[in-house]
Amino acid sequence: MTRKSRSNSARVSRRSFSAGIGAAGLVAGMAPFSIARAQSGPLKVGVLLPRSGFEAGIGQDCQRGVDIAAPILKSLGLPELAIVNGDTESSVETARSRAAQMISDGAQLLIGAFDSGQTTAIAQVAEQNGIPLVINIAAAPEITDQGYKFVFRNFPTAKMILGDAFENQKQVFNLVGAAPKTVVFMHVNDTFGTAMAKGINFVMPKFNMPYTIADEIAYDPAARDLSVEVAKAKASNPDALLLVSRLNDAMLLTRELVKQRWTPQAILSMGPGWYEDQYLKTLGKLSDGPLSFVPWYDPNKPLSKKLEAALAAAYPGINLNTNHVFTFEALLVAADAYKRAGSADPKALADAIRATNITDNVSIGPGIQFDGTGQNAKVKDGAVQNRGGKIVVLSPPDAANAKPEWPLASYQSRT
Amino acid sequence: MPFDVYLNVAVAGILTGLVYGLMALGLSVIFGVVRVVNFAHGEMMSIAMYLAVVLFSGFHLDPLIMLVPIAAVMFVFGYALQAGVINPFITRPEHSQFLLLVALAIIIVNVLLIIFGPDARTIQTSYAYDSFQIGRLIVDASKLYAGGAAILFAVLLFAFFRYTLVGKAVRACADNYTGALVVGLNVNRLYALTFGIGAACVGAAGVMMTLIVDVTPIIGPTYTLLAFVIVITGGLGSMLGALVGGILIGLTEAFAGLLFTPSAKSMFAFGILVLVLLFRPQGILGKRTA
Repeated sequence: MTRKSRSNSARVSRRSFSAGIGAAGLVAGMAPFSIARAQSGPLKVGVLLPRSGFEAGIGQDCQRGVDIAAPILKSLGLPELAIVNGDTESSVETARSRAAQMISDGAQLLIGAFDSGQTTAIAQVAEQNGIPLVINIAAAPEITDQGYKFVFRNFPTAKMILGDAFENQKQVFNLVGAAPKTVVFMHVNDTFGTAMAKGINFVMPKFNMPYTIADEIAYDPAARDLSVEVAKAKASNPDALLLVSRLNDAMLLTRELVKQRWTPQAILSMGPGWYEDQYLKTLGKLSDGPLSFVPWYDPNKPLSKKLEAALAAAYPGINLNTNHVFTFEALLVAADAYKRAGSADPKALADAIRATNITDNVSIGPGIQFDGTGQNAKVKDGAVQNRGGKIVVLSPPDAANAKPEWPLASYQSRT
Repeated sequence: MPFDVYLNVAVAGILTGLVYGLMALGLSVIFGVVRVVNFAHGEMMSIAMYLAVVLFSGFHLDPLIMLVPIAAVMFVFGYALQAGVINPFITRPEHSQFLLLVALAIIIVNVLLIIFGPDARTIQTSYAYDSFQIGRLIVDASKLYAGGAAILFAVLLFAFFRYTLVGKAVRACADNYTGALVVGLNVNRLYALTFGIGAACVGAAGVMMTLIVDVTPIIGPTYTLLAFVIVITGGLGSMLGALVGGILIGLTEAFAGLLFTPSAKSMFAFGILVLVLLFRPQGILGKRTA
């Protein structure tokens, strides 16, 4: 039996077997590039967002930016994009595997993923596969500090957010003629929250802020009960709360502030959560007042008005926010690059993204350009406030459409 | 830090711990009598939580009003589960029981995921933002109601086992299986009844938990683990030990968050478990076995 088997296998010589393997490898290696180059239709864009899990609310909100994009991009004379949606399930590991799956399914460019940890994982996969990733929202500086050639971010880093936040806070304090003397710094302990916490010690001293940090409290963004955290913050008796949070914890914190009968002078948020539509709708009157110092849109730009109108038509009652704006702008970058590259070749696309110069955009700042690291260093933050279920812009002055209200109205008077 | 902060945190920790204790009480009752370790305990609690969410969102039925009906539904579920699925495994090796209940836990999580999706659901009662103030002590109304209901439920359970004939028969089964058979007790039926009571306990705890936390399908395994930590700390098989363990873990989590760092509060609960296993392996109120 064995002898016969050997005799049969001997029909394929060692040399021809090696040649076959080599040829198969060559074909396999070239296949993705051949597929990419051969396509001349819409650019196949994989949009990875946390559509389920504890960040689902924000992920689904980002999706609204995708949903309203197509007619606006068409009106700008940009090519069509074929969107493929993916769910990271608010998990780093799922984000990594979904990114790999999307690329193997033929995605020619990736967009995502709101969360810094998940985006870091996707960036590694995109870089390994040589597929461009345009980050919609993620602030951890390390993502664009790795020397990646295929990763681009049209969103400020944690350091940029902090710098702009302190600048805008001082602007607001000047406008109201008051400022807190002490704050408690509460932050989530995920990648973004930790990056912000690390950055604050380096950035804050440069801005000569009027307050000192009385205590720092890190907590789990998936926490189900934040009563102890709020009690601990209250015990320090600060004038204001300085926060880096997510959506669910922002709602939990507000509930605890009400239950523990504590209204600080101000809530100064430097992250998501407090301006989200779900926050406004779930908490109603209790959602009024928090100040967010975050990447935002310039309501005075022409494209902002188009985006506002498109969102109002598609989702009546939903306010335009960071999630929609930066997800839309990521698609804008992709479509603009695809048009200039004239090809879906990943390298040509990456080169075109690197040469981006979009001035007709939505976010605050002069426009979208990427530096050598793939970072848009010109994007600016704003100061916004929740007011009667809407969000108004307070700063910078050229993007402002309202004056700040100070101090925070007592929660007890609202229930 | 002012004294009232410690007092407020202690009260919140005790109230949450009471609900934890009731949840663990179900596990302890089941193990104490049936000698089956219920690895689907937290998942059974999540079924009750979703029942409360559905009844509130669909019919605006307050969880506190639905406490007894949902506990009754969970009793029937537990009774049927024991009689139909678990009973054939009573005499089989422990690893078979373990695999059966782990499989059941995975099935429950996935069925809930299919039906309700992965997102958190919340119950916004009219008293969701209420609190009571006594001097400088502020007590969260939802936690107070939940803790009070947990005490009431536990007292009724203790009374059932101590003063009713059926309760005494169940205790007899737990104390001496062969003796119970000799005197003519229907042990299989009493086992099913006990499993039903354990399920009712965890169901009641789940309903009360919806006043404190949001519900997701994947919440179950976390509470299964927590229930094990509590019953091992309090003493496996001891009903009072489960309540004491619940309060201890609730207080530990609360004070660890206050005095150290909130993001590490679970670590301290597990630290207590390790200390108990090292220095009092039978648990705080558990009996030493030969």
